[in-house]
Amino acid sequence: MAVGLTHYLILASVLFCLGLYGALSRRNAIIILMCVELMLNAANLLLVAFSKGFFDYLLIGQAVVIFSLVVAAAEVSVGLAIVIALYRLRKSIDIKDINILKW
Amino acid sequence: MGSDLAFWVLAVTAVSGALMVVTMRSLFRAALGMILCFLSIAGLFITLTAEYLGMAQIFVYIGAIAILIIMATMLTRQVEHSNLPSPYKFPAIIGALAFLGVSIWVLLNTQWFLEKLPPIIQDITPVSTSTIGLILFGQEGLILAVEIAALLLVAAIIGAISVAKEK
Repeated sequence: MAVGLTHYLILASVLFCLGLYGALSRRNAIIILMCVELMLNAANLLLVAFSKGFFDYLLIGQAVVIFSLVVAAAEVSVGLAIVIALYRLRKSIDIKDINILKW
Repeated sequence: MGSDLAFWVLAVTAVSGALMVVTMRSLFRAALGMILCFLSIAGLFITLTAEYLGMAQIFVYIGAIAILIIMATMLTRQVEHSNLPSPYKFPAIIGALAFLGVSIWVLLNTQWFLEKLPPIIQDITPVSTSTIGLILFGQEGLILAVEIAALLLVAAIIGAISVAKEK
């Protein structure tokens, strides 16, 4: 069976669900950031696959992926800065210990 | 066919890298699994004739994001045995599997309107980077979005510095 658009879509959803499972089931803040990156990557794969499968000559999906890369870089830099600040405050990056905003 | 084989190898590598991220106890090994996953996704971009994005993926994700995450791992000194599962492990499995089932069902049952075209791998047309450049910077292009992205990056840099600064 030749590899087609459907294979890429299913692979992207498998990667997204692995990232979702990791983000929900881990307590380490850095692991949660990694899983968010995995989910963003799955979305990028979906965009590129659709860009190839639908409008091969337009490539608008690939242009959108570049913006997605920019947003991912910004997100991870701010997220890691928050993790470092929390570690300085609480000496832990376990999200169970991060309840400062809890009333 | 070569590109089919490339897809299967890269897909298995990507999924095993993602599995390493969600199962490894050591944070450092999880970061290495993440790098494996990102590399194979860059390879998958190349099989989709998106060579420029493959390179950008390697530069941004592996060169910047993965290194940043590894450095944060080192700075927080909880490298070994800090990756404990939360008490919500079982609901997380249920939720992720339910989402996977629903999304695969939707993907398989939707009639994509260009389904009659030949399989996407087979017609290999070289993607020109200049086309992406024209979309981003040309007339009627996305130039406003490019400038907003630049502003977002500056805001993220300033925000990261001010958050992580020693008070």
